[in-house]
Parts: sequence; C-alpha cells; structure tokens
Amino acid sequence: MSSNSLGYSEQGGETVSELGQEAVPTTAPSASPAFGLFSSDTKRNEDLKQMLESNKDSAKLDAMKRIVGMIAKGKNESELFPSVVKNVASKNIEIKKLVYVYLMRYAEEQQDLALLSISTFQRALKDPNQLIRASALRVLSSIRVPIIVPIMMLSIKEAAADLSPYVRKNAAHAIQKLYSLDPEQKEMLIEVIEKLLKDKSTLVAGSVVMSFEEVCPDRIDLIHKNYRKLCNLLVDVEEWGQVVIIHMMTRYARTQFVSPWKEDEEYNEKNFYESDEEQKEKNLKGKKPYAMDPDHRLLIRNTKPLLQSRNAAVVMAVAQLYWHVAPKSEIGIVSKSLVRLLRSNREVQYIVLQNIATMSIQRKGLFEPYLKSFYVRSTDPTMIKTLKLEILTNLANEANISTLLREFQTYVKSQDKQFAAATIQAIGRCATNISEVTDTCLNGLVCLLSNRDEIVVAESVVVIKKLLQTQPAHHGEIIKHMAKLLDNITVPVARASILWLIGEYCERVPKIAPDVLRKMAKSFTSEDDLVKLQILNLGAKLYLTNSKQTKFLTQYILNLGKYDQSYDIRDRTRFIRQLIVPNEKSGALSKYAKKIFLAQKPAPLLESPFKDRDHFQLGTLSHTLNTRATGYLELSNWPEVAPDPSVRNVDAIELVFNLEAASIAVTTPAILSPSLVADLEGLNLSSSSVIDVSIPVFVPMKTHELLHRMSGKGLAAHYHFPRQPCIYGDQMVSVQVTLTNTTDEKIENIHIGERKLPSDMRMHEFSPIESLEPEGSITVSMGIDFCDSTQTASLKLCTKDNHFSVNIQPPVGELLLPVIMSERDFKKEKGKLTGMNETSASVTVAPQNSTRLVIVQKVVNVANLGVVPSGEDNIHRFAAKTVHSGSLMLVTVELKEGSTARLIINTEKTVIGSILLRELKPVLSQG
Amino acid sequence: MIHSLFLINSSGDIFLEKHWKSVVSRSVCDYFFEAQERATEAENVPPVIPTPHHYLLSVYRHKIFFVAVIQTEVPPLFVIEFLHRVVDTFQDYFGVCSEVVLKDNVVVVYEVLEEMLDNGFPLATESNILKELIKPPTILRTVVNTITGSTNVGDQLPTGQLSVVPWRRTGVKYTNNEAYFDVIEEIDAIIDKSGSTITAEIQGVIDACVKLTGMPDLTLSFMNPRLLDDVSFHPCVRFKRWESERILSFIPPDGNFRLLSYHVSAQNLVAIPVYVKHNISFRDSSSLGRFEITVGPKQTMGKTLEGVMVTSQMPKGVLNMSLTSSHGMHVFDPVTKLLSWDVGKINPQKLPSLKGTMSLQAGAFKPDENPTINLQFKIQQLAISGLKVNRLDMYGEKYKPFKGIKYMTKAGKFQVRT
Repeated sequence: MSSNSLGYSEQGGETVSELGQEAVPTTAPSASPAFGLFSSDTKRNEDLKQMLESNKDSAKLDAMKRIVGMIAKGKNESELFPSVVKNVASKNIEIKKLVYVYLMRYAEEQQDLALLSISTFQRALKDPNQLIRASALRVLSSIRVPIIVPIMMLSIKEAAADLSPYVRKNAAHAIQKLYSLDPEQKEMLIEVIEKLLKDKSTLVAGSVVMSFEEVCPDRIDLIHKNYRKLCNLLVDVEEWGQVVIIHMMTRYARTQFVSPWKEDEEYNEKNFYESDEEQKEKNLKGKKPYAMDPDHRLLIRNTKPLLQSRNAAVVMAVAQLYWHVAPKSEIGIVSKSLVRLLRSNREVQYIVLQNIATMSIQRKGLFEPYLKSFYVRSTDPTMIKTLKLEILTNLANEANISTLLREFQTYVKSQDKQFAAATIQAIGRCATNISEVTDTCLNGLVCLLSNRDEIVVAESVVVIKKLLQTQPAHHGEIIKHMAKLLDNITVPVARASILWLIGEYCERVPKIAPDVLRKMAKSFTSEDDLVKLQILNLGAKLYLTNSKQTKFLTQYILNLGKYDQSYDIRDRTRFIRQLIVPNEKSGALSKYAKKIFLAQKPAPLLESPFKDRDHFQLGTLSHTLNTRATGYLELSNWPEVAPDPSVRNVDAIELVFNLEAASIAVTTPAILSPSLVADLEGLNLSSSSVIDVSIPVFVPMKTHELLHRMSGKGLAAHYHFPRQPCIYGDQMVSVQVTLTNTTDEKIENIHIGERKLPSDMRMHEFSPIESLEPEGSITVSMGIDFCDSTQTASLKLCTKDNHFSVNIQPPVGELLLPVIMSERDFKKEKGKLTGMNETSASVTVAPQNSTRLVIVQKVVNVANLGVVPSGEDNIHRFAAKTVHSGSLMLVTVELKEGSTARLIINTEKTVIGSILLRELKPVLSQG
Repeated sequence: MIHSLFLINSSGDIFLEKHWKSVVSRSVCDYFFEAQERATEAENVPPVIPTPHHYLLSVYRHKIFFVAVIQTEVPPLFVIEFLHRVVDTFQDYFGVCSEVVLKDNVVVVYEVLEEMLDNGFPLATESNILKELIKPPTILRTVVNTITGSTNVGDQLPTGQLSVVPWRRTGVKYTNNEAYFDVIEEIDAIIDKSGSTITAEIQGVIDACVKLTGMPDLTLSFMNPRLLDDVSFHPCVRFKRWESERILSFIPPDGNFRLLSYHVSAQNLVAIPVYVKHNISFRDSSSLGRFEITVGPKQTMGKTLEGVMVTSQMPKGVLNMSLTSSHGMHVFDPVTKLLSWDVGKINPQKLPSLKGTMSLQAGAFKPDENPTINLQFKIQQLAISGLKVNRLDMYGEKYKPFKGIKYMTKAGKFQVRT
C-alpha cells in the first residue's frame, strides 16, 4: 500500500494518502497518480454513472460494488446520489440491497433527492414477503430525513401490528431511530413500545426492551404487566436481548422489591445458641420477618441457567444481577462462571477482572477458592497482570498470605518492570492489612532495596516509607539503611521519600540526619524539584530539633532555595524561613513551628484503587471507566416498603392479548423453555420430526362444580383444569379441586374414599386434609388418567362424618396438551392423517369472529391447543396431542369468502376428534 | 448502541469503516492511535478508551484492531463479545480473517455487517442464518454469478430466524450423513523451579462438525459426567435435560460449532504429561551464560507427546545464543529475544535436549530472573481428565448417520518457571 509510509498523524497528508490508495484500483493505469488524481476521479465517476444508467444488471451491480468499496474506505461518493437512487426499485435483490446501503449512508446529506425513494419503500412495506417488508422498514427508518417523520411514524405503527414477528422486531428497532431523529414523537412512540412489550414472541422481546431503555427508561410502570412474561421468556430470547433485558430487570427489581439483604445480616449475627423464644421476641420487636416476593424469586431463578451461556456478556449480566438483587447468601454461584470467562480473550478478561476486583473487596469469600486462577503468567499483557495482582491482594488473608507472598516473590523478579513495581505496592498493602506478616514484608522489601533495578528500588522505598508511617515502631535500622541508598538511587520520588523519612524520624537517627543534610546541601542545585522540597523540609525539621549542628546548613539551603528557578521552591523557602528563623518581625506562629512541622501525621491508607467503584452498577461502561458515562442510569436504593405487588398480576380480560403471560401466572414457575424441555417420548410415539409439548397458550378460569354446599352439608367443592402437565404421571390430566367450608365448624379429615372408575382409568388422589377451618378454603391437585375418553370418574369424597358421591367429567378440550410445531411439520403430519382420520364441517362464522385474535382466543378457550404459526391470513392452525396416548390432534380453521369457514380436525382418535368438532362449531358461529 | 466500526491494520491505517447511525468522522480514531502509542505493544492497548464525545471499544485479533465507536452507556462486554463474533463470522466466511482478504471481499463484508446490526443493535449473529442471507463467496459461485448474473443475496427470510431452533437452517440435505465430535482438553499449568505444580487445571471443549439431513435430535451421554465442574453450552443444548440427567440433548446447527466448553473440577489431581529439566544460569562476572533444557514425557498413559514446541522470552541483556539441539529446529531472534525450539515428537528412549551458551551484554548486570519456558504439546487419542463419551444417539430422522469421536489433549497456558 502506497500510503503505509505516511503516518496517521500527518493530517495534512491524509487526502494525499487516500487518493494514493484510490489510484490503485481505478481505471487510469497510464496516468501517473501524482498528476492525474483529480481528472481520473471525475472520469471514474462518469464511468460509474454510465454503468448505473445502463440497462444491464451486471453493469449496475458492478458499479454498486465499486461504490460500496469506496464507501468502506471512507471515501465520499455523494455526488453519485442521483444515479444511484434511480436503482432503488431494481428487481435484482443484490443491487437493491447495495442501493439501500448507499441510501442509509448519504440520505441525510441529500434530503431532497432521498425523497424520491420513499414511495418505493412504502410500496415494499405492503409486500407479501416478510423479509422485504422488514428491510423496507429498516431502510425507511434509517434515512434521517426530518420531513418523513410522519410517514415513519405511520409505518412503525403498522409494522408493530404485523403478523410476522420479524417485522415487529424491526419495528422495535425503528422506534429508537425515529426517537433520535425527532424526540418530540416520544409520547406516540411510548404507545407503540407499550404495545410491543405485550408481544409474546421471543424475537421481539429483546429489541423492544432496548427501545424502552433508550426512549423511556423511567416509565417502569410499563414493565409491571409484562414482568412475569419477560422473566419466563428470558431463556429463549436471543443472547443480545438477554443482556439488555437482564440489565433492565436489575433496575426494575431495585425499585419494586424490598431489600433481601438486611435480614440476611441479622440472620448471620443471630446467636446460634439463642433459644427459639428469644428469636421470636426479636422478630416481634423488629419488623415482620422478611419474605421474598415470589416475583423477585422468579427473576433470580430464571436467570440462573443463563450463567451457562457461551456469551460472556450474558454471564456478566447475570452476575451483576445477582450482585445487586439476590440475597447475599446466593451470590456464590456466580463466581465459578466468572472465573470461567477468564479463559476467554484478552478484552473479555480485562473487563471481567475489573468487575471481580470490585466484588472481591466487599466479598472476599466469593473468590477465595479460585485464588490460583488469578496467578499471573509471564505471557499475560501488563494490564491483565496488574488486575490479577489487584485481586490477589484483595483476597489475601492470614491463611493464604504465605503462599501469596511466595508467589509475589516471583513477580517481583519479573522482566516487566511496571508489573514488578505494582507487585511491590501489593506487598505493601498486604503488609498493612495483615499485621502478622508486616515484619516479614518489611524485611522482604528492605532486601529489595539492594536490587539492581532502579524502578524496583524506588517503588520499595516509597512503599517502605508508607509502611513505616503506619508502623511507628522502632525502625531506626531500616532508616539508616535507606540513608545509605541516597548515594546511589536517582529516582526523584524515592529520594524524596527517603529524605522525608529521615526528617520525620530525625530523632531516631540523630547522627545520620545532619550528615545527610550536608550531602544534600552540596547537591541541592542539581536535584529534582520534588527532592528540593523535601531537602527544605528536612532542613527545617532538623533546625527545629538539632539547631546546634544544622543551623548554618539550613540557612545555606534556604539561601539556595531563595533564588531557585521554580516558584514553588522559592515560595516554600520564604515560608519556612519566616516560620523557623527567629527575627524581630516573626509573628506568633513561629512559636508553634515545632508543632507545625513535627506534628503526628496520619498514616496514609493503602487501599485498593477499586474501592470507590462499587457505586457504579457492575458490568457497565461507567464501572470500567470509573466515571459516569453519558446515559448511565443510576441504580436506585431498595425501597423501604415494597410498592404494590399486585400491579404485576395479569387479569383475565387482558389474556386475549397477552396469552403468554397468562399461562405463566398459573403454571408452576421454573418452566424452562419449551424448546429445551423436549419430550423425547413424545417424539417416539408420534414419529414426527419435532414435537415438543409447550406451555398452554391460555388457561380458562372456568370451574366446574363437584359438590354443592347444600348437598355437601356445608362442604363445597369445585374443580378446574389448570392445563399443566401432570406431576403424578405423564398420561394423567391434572385437576385442581378447591374445597370450601361454608359451615361454622371445622370439617375434619377430608379424603377420597371408594372410587368407581371405568377399566384402565387411573387416578392419583390428593393427600387427606386434616381439617378445614370454618370459612376456609383449600386447593389441592390430583391427576386422573381419562384414557383419552370423556367418561366420568366417579368417586366418593369423604369427611370424618359424611361421604358424598361426586363425578368428574372432563371436557374434551382438556384431554389435550398443546405442542409446538412449525407450519411445515403441521402440513406434513396432516398429510398422514387423512381419510378415516379426518373430520370436517362447515360453519357460518359470526362477523365479529373473523379476526385472528378472536379466533385464536375462542378456540384455545375451548380446547388446550397450541397455536401453529401460519403464513396465511385466512387459515388458522392448532396442534395438540392427547394426554394418554400422545396422538396428534390437528385443528384447521379455514375462513372462506362470505362468512363461512371450514373446520377440519385430523387425528387418529376419531371419537375425540368428532366431539371436539361438535364443541368448536357453536363457538365459532356464535358471537 | 454501536455507532460505527473502524478496522485498523498494524501500520495504523484505517482500511474499512462502517456506520450504523449518522457518520462519525474517522478522526475519532486519533484518540485510539494515541493510546496505542502509549501502550507500546498491541496487546497492551486498553480495550476501552474514553474520548470527549465517544467511547472506543476495541478488540485485537489477527493483527487487526476492530474499533467500535459508541456514544452512551452500554455493557462493555456486550460490545466486545459482539466484535469477537464479527471476527468469528469473517473467519467462517473467508477461511482467514486478514486485511487482504477483507479488502478483497469488501462488498460481502459490508453486506454481512449490514445484516449483523440494525441501528447498532445485533440483528442476526448466527452464522447459519447469515449464510442463508448472504452466501459466502466460493470460486465456483463467483464464476456462476458472473455468467448467469445471479447474486449472493438470498431473498427469503431464513426460516431459522423465526423457528424455535434459530441456529439451524431448514432443508438441510446430505448424501453422507456424518457427525464428528472432537473432545479437546487443554492443560493450564504453572510449574515452579523445582518441578512441583503451582497450579494446574483442565479446560475442555467439545467441537462438533455435524452434517446431517433434516432435523436430527441428538443425545450425547458421558461415562463420567461428574467430572465436569462448570460448563457452558451452545444455545441448542437443552439445559433442563442436562440438569436432571447429565445428558446433552440438542438439535445441532448445521456445520461446525462448539457444543460445550467445560472445566474439570479442581478436586481431581491433574496429571502433568511432561517435564522439563532445565539449567539456566547467568554469572555476574562473565558475559557468558549457560543454557540447557531437556524435555521428557511423564504420566502420558502410554501415548506419545507430539507437536512439542518450547518458547522462551529471554531477558533483554541476552545478545545471542549459540545452541545445539539433539532434535528439531531452534531459532533465537536477537531483536525480540524470543527463543523457540520446535521439538516435534518425543521419543522416550532418546530425550531431546537443547544445550549451549548465551552471550550477554558486556558490563551489564546479570538479569534478576531466569526466563520462563512456555510449552506446547499435543497428545492424540487421550482426554487427560479421563472424560469418556458413552454414546451418541439420534432421534427424529430415519437414516443411520456415521458417528465419530476423537480425543485430544493439548497444552493450554503451560509455563515452567526456572
């Protein structure tokens, strides 16, 4: 490359170098670059223009490729705009894409011309192909032309309601773009965000939360209703979305839940031998005992598997969530995963080590077991080495200090002197923190004073100085040793430190101190400013304590200082002279000179540079830089009293739109993503490619009466189907029975007695209830294997005194479990189940029932079916398998012209199929 | 999030730039160059550099700096991890990721980057999906494209993007159905002067190359899953199944991917398969130092050590070395002071050794520290932790795939202090 010789710093040369680069690929081989630069440039553009306007796609494509190549090099190609924009409607998809690339880059500069392309995008937004719709929206929203804001707004709104989740995802991205173009649209955009937050697609979740964070991070109220859904979707969201959601959730949790920490500490302090009563008293006295909000728990539990992610950013996000939100006793699990990240690239290591450094200050125990993982290798870059050292120092304690010091000994000898110096500081910190080893460390450091490397010696001197100050014991020997060093050592900081030490403890080395001053007086003029100041200090201190020997020396030095070049030194000289040398003008202060100079000075604290980083949220840019980055959102403190937790409840009316969240509210937590919990048995039975049982789309609240309170002598019982996989057996349907005592006496020993079941049917009864208080009610669950039939299960419900015969009859829709299936699989399976296995009927659909949402809602209300994504607007597909035998049940609703629809059910279980058909028919025809 | 991306080569030229929001002038990189100058070595350049209006986050790979420009608070690992993913994608597309290759394929690079981010937020980062959107260039395809005028750009949304298995493309077809798994373990160790182990750990990965038709559902089980202490999975692995049964159950992506990385629990003592006898000494008075090392096998479970490579960074005071080796080639670079000795296979009957003298700068003091020795080696057909795959089963498809499992142990960061 011709420009290699030109350094980046020569700004003036940049154009030349760039043009030089250009000259290589251009089509002017004969023209020497130095002269033909500009002419070849315009010529080439003419060339490109012609190619763009030719009617051959290959020429156009070639031209576009060359233009994009130029853009990549940072070259301005805006003058070709008119020729390029003409090709926006090209049929060739690659040309089109490259034109898009060009448009996004230059539309801002050529706003008027860019408007020519808008109608193309508007048309593309209606394209049947979702990829084209999505990319049209992408480009349209990336053109930063203020005039089209209303068009963008409209398109975003439309796209947010698109059937394709991919288009909706792009709509979420477009929100941020529009917001940065025109912040005044905020209110309207928040409405769209609110709508998209309700989306149940994992594809959309990450993107919309990102927009939320950018547009309205303070509108935490929008999250409430979606909180549980987001928690449950989290595992299935793509990894980048996970990071964003977890960070948002951390903030959310800190505002909505009470602190799980305080109680924890109390718990630790609690005396082990304290009797229970005493504890009770304590609890009564204090606030009521802490109970974690189940939603808080949900977040912590659902993020845990993500620690196993391959993406370092996700692992770090979970780690910071645990650090800021989880009870202190549970943070332990993150350390293993963080240590694992240390195997990764240099950059990842750097960030992770920084965060570990902050964590290890507050919670040593967290990383102590992994001490050896932080041992330094000679091949590590210096910044990694120093961070590891920092962590090792934080982790040092009485038990491991001897091993650590041995390790440090190796580091001190390192060829990387910067690192060796850092090690010496680390030793100093260990020495102050752990009193047992102070002397050992000090001796070790003194040995280093005879090291040949100046940087090492200098650093040791500085650290020894600090150590001696914190340990004002008798260390005369060391000071003498250091005084000798003055002859050899040249590093100013070290010389200054030695002088300061001698001055400060001059009474401990009365013989040496004046001699040192004498030597210094001789070399005063050639010293560094830093050293000069300390010579002045030393002189002043000696003058005060030992004026007989040093009076003239000090005055000599003061005279030298008076005419020094540095005003700092002249200043100091004047100040000292006034203070210590008595003369007629000297004020009252000189009486206190000794007190001023030889006052007890507080020892410097040797602490970690990461000490003050903990006020930034871990894992953030601000934490890494240790300054507030633009747009950093403060993590609020825990509220004293928890805000109303019921805001997160999702009520039934909303279920229609919020199908996913509803199911989560009732199903047991810790649902792992359906795709992950593949049911292999199901696979074998149905011999299909991918059939996973999914969580139910919708759970109706409808209850059935089991026992009326009149006939039950005050005991009432209802049952309903929670549509959960039964925990008692794979082939069972789970049934929840709610028992209520309407009498004013206790009902005791409620259990199931004799049962009359058709052959093959099995039942897992609930465990007996000892007693039910008056007005009390209790919900128990049981499992019944109905053998894929609607036969009733008759049983006896017994109490201590009575027994009642009751019947449970399942609606046919409850004998199913929804499955996840792609449209392709659905069609394939459906193809296998024709002829005998197909039942169908025509229905007249009530007009209000013709939209997708209503149909889906109506159908899943009746039967526990899974919704199959469909590419066609007028065909709705549902899939499930029967609970007992696992046979597929495929339901298709085909809307025809007029108001008729065709309802088709394909299944091997034709009986159930036809019953289901009969039940579905009225549902669709009625309003 | 990510505003712009600049690619900078080792001589400090910006050879590619891409913007996802409004254009950020390339002069922002001056701050980066400043930091680079201060750091002297490429790997000491801080990954995060603040500038008055932007923040520069960079990764350094294949002698190229990938510098991302961001404007507001964002988790730094998010950006760094993404940049690494970009590099991985390029490597996947072009085989190598070098300045020349990226410049040659600048249009594909641009198209890929365009798909990977939208408004600075990652859109498609799975290589299976990207490859459906933009086909990687091959010689054949280039020829066909020039003749027929067809393109590299797909016009349908990849099905994976919408399905529950976003990492796998649909409609995969092979005539030979094969699935290969490589269990590769790396030993990280620090051995001290006297030959005792200061720290040693085993990190392993299972890399897979799966070429199976349709939608296969695989399960892989181990003889001794308890060995695995800490694991991280490819998103395809069903976590629940692992938690409850310690079985890896997954629908694999098509092609090469890393299924699992793991760490072997620390309770197990790590067998160190190699030892180094060394005698390196500098004397204060003379300008000559002695250098002698011998490498030999230890606890290799009867397998041979291969690909043994010894490198050592000599102290600055060493001017030159005159050495003779009994096996292999050795090179000393007097500029970088790096000694490397390519030993190759070790024959236990005749241990390889490297002997000779070092000439030191006259008058200089002897170095404080002896150089550390870095060791590389490979042992085929052995997983040093003892991990064994029990069986691999396939569900969901009818054909019989060819299955293969290979074990290998390698040195990771293996250092001997002398």
